Amino acid sequence: MLKIENLHARVEDKEILKGINLEIKPGEVHAIMGPNGAGKSTLSSVIAGHEDFEVTNGSVFLDGENLDELDPEERAHKGIFLSFQYPVEIPGVSVTNFIKAAINANRKAKGLEDMPANEMLKKIKEKSSLLEIDRKFLSRSLNEGFSGGEKKRNEIFQMAMLEPKVAILDETDSGLDIDALRIVANGVNKLKSKDNAVLVITHYQRLLDYIVPDFVHVLYNGKIVKSGTKELALELEEKGYDWIKQEAAH
Amino acid sequence: MELKEKLLASFAVFENNLDLEDPILDLRNDSIKVFENKGFPTKKDEAWKYTSLAKIQNTDYSVFPKDEDCVNYQEVKKYFLHEIETYKLVFIDGVYSSFLSETTHMGIDVCLMSAAFKKPQYKQLIDKYFNKAASKEDSLSALNTSFSKEGAFIYIPKNTVADKPIEIINFSSGVEAALMIQPRNMIIADQGAEMQLIERHQSLTSNETLTNVVSELFAEQNAKIDLYKIQNDSLSASLIDNTYIDQKRDSLVSVHTFSFGGKLTRNNLNFYQNGANINSILKGVTIIGDKQHVDHHTLVHHREPNCESHQDYKGIFDQSSTGVFNGKIIVDKLAQKTNAFQQNNNILMEDKATINSKPQLEIFADDVKCSHGCTIGQLDEDVLFYLQSRGIPKKEGRALLMYAFANNVLESVALPVVKKRINKIIAKKLGVELGFSI
Repeated sequence: MLKIENLHARVEDKEILKGINLEIKPGEVHAIMGPNGAGKSTLSSVIAGHEDFEVTNGSVFLDGENLDELDPEERAHKGIFLSFQYPVEIPGVSVTNFIKAAINANRKAKGLEDMPANEMLKKIKEKSSLLEIDRKFLSRSLNEGFSGGEKKRNEIFQMAMLEPKVAILDETDSGLDIDALRIVANGVNKLKSKDNAVLVITHYQRLLDYIVPDFVHVLYNGKIVKSGTKELALELEEKGYDWIKQEAAH
Repeated sequence: MELKEKLLASFAVFENNLDLEDPILDLRNDSIKVFENKGFPTKKDEAWKYTSLAKIQNTDYSVFPKDEDCVNYQEVKKYFLHEIETYKLVFIDGVYSSFLSETTHMGIDVCLMSAAFKKPQYKQLIDKYFNKAASKEDSLSALNTSFSKEGAFIYIPKNTVADKPIEIINFSSGVEAALMIQPRNMIIADQGAEMQLIERHQSLTSNETLTNVVSELFAEQNAKIDLYKIQNDSLSASLIDNTYIDQKRDSLVSVHTFSFGGKLTRNNLNFYQNGANINSILKGVTIIGDKQHVDHHTLVHHREPNCESHQDYKGIFDQSSTGVFNGKIIVDKLAQKTNAFQQNNNILMEDKATINSKPQLEIFADDVKCSHGCTIGQLDEDVLFYLQSRGIPKKEGRALLMYAFANNVLESVALPVVKKRINKIIAKKLGVELGFSI
């Protein structure tokens, strides 16, 4: 479904990704772990098409289609979704209006009319209850004054509404208490199907207790240096990242 | 001939043609002298430092309106709030258009300044109110006073609520190569009266138009007035709007000014609080581009205790457009417990766009709350990326953000049809359709 081939990327003169290879099949959950500065967030930004990063080599494919030349919104239309580590605040636009604008922009790109109001309402109701979001929350300005947990819940709510093929969760567990973590993870698990895929990017193993990965990859110094199953995450949790760094140095 | 000389010469002709019974003849003569002495303001005047009138004085304007003119209703329908019932006072090139208007004398008076000057039953109101709020010293207001002839005259009697919103629309048709008009509006809400007004200036032509309008609003005790100003977007139209508001105790007046361009727009919006427990609301949205220039000069003079004022102006400046915001708040020594707030936020879309923003607070009382804030910024690229990652293209994303930025001001618009109309104009200006309306 998502295929990353020999991906190199830099920001200004600094090379951050130095040849990433990864393939995610439909129905799979992959986790990328790694120490700070390994390039985890860069990888998620590059997949989503952020202009600040220059891809110097390699490619990203979605269902066999090369995404390299596509703008971020075009990637979103194809089915890429990025849950941000730090979602932005947009005062003056409510959660509901924002998601309406997003849904209708995606429909427009597919040549569809705006979603009928009653259908939209029904969908919002259904998906917000999945994430235990109440009505008041929906009329607040997007992310303005939200707690860390509310911001992340809102990200997953948007994912639920947009129904992407590949969801990338960038440090979704940071800033979450255990209850919020449980709600967010439950939401992700309910949205998982055999037709979509999830890429979890995280520093800590904690989230992976709730969103159980099929594969775990360790990113270090711009490369995937180790891959394994969920046991690898537990090992990292126990031993830290130093042994990975040492292995990589040899 | 310079415009000043031309106007002075024209006044002699104008005066000759006046009725002998003209109730403000002396005032006209005093006023033209003020203009003669002071002339057009220049950049040397502190209040005109960032707005030069030089470029609008080179045109050879026709200063006397022709007879009643006609435009096709279908052509101008879009400028009316045709979705709802309203009273309408429509002027084409400064001349009243009976065909497009809908006046009334049933319980309230929605009629013409020219009628109020002539008819004996209005003499008392003219004597009591005319030119009582407007500045006697301001040369452009004085110029308007000396030539005052036509405009809106609205009187809502005691404890009466105007049953429909009132539209005042000034069209310029282009029948003249260049035209200067000076509408004069007088709007009175007597004790406990209420009204909603829409004032629109719209040029229908690429011929030059210069409008120097004076509006006086009087809100007597416990009266309520909402005024929405919609200012046009023709690149050949210039507007100098002098609005003076006299508020008595317990009254509430709100003025929303929507400026969408013009060659030059200058808004002098002056509030005078002459009583306790008054609330004054001043809001504005400015969205301009090209070489357009919009200048907001506001004044709120707090003269009595326990009053409030709330100002919120948002500006979006594209290309090489220029903006000015100067917000003056005076709190007299007597005006204890005043709450005065002022906010001015601006977005510059391009490097060549300019905004000069200046709060000017003169506070002589010691127990007051006054705050002011000003921001000038650009759209945040990280926010745009966030929108793109949700499938919203950059252009729409920009529009959405600007929309959101202006939203605070739109929120307080009490007439849904006006809100919808402004929504539409903004969306069109930004060149997008949004998937929702705010």
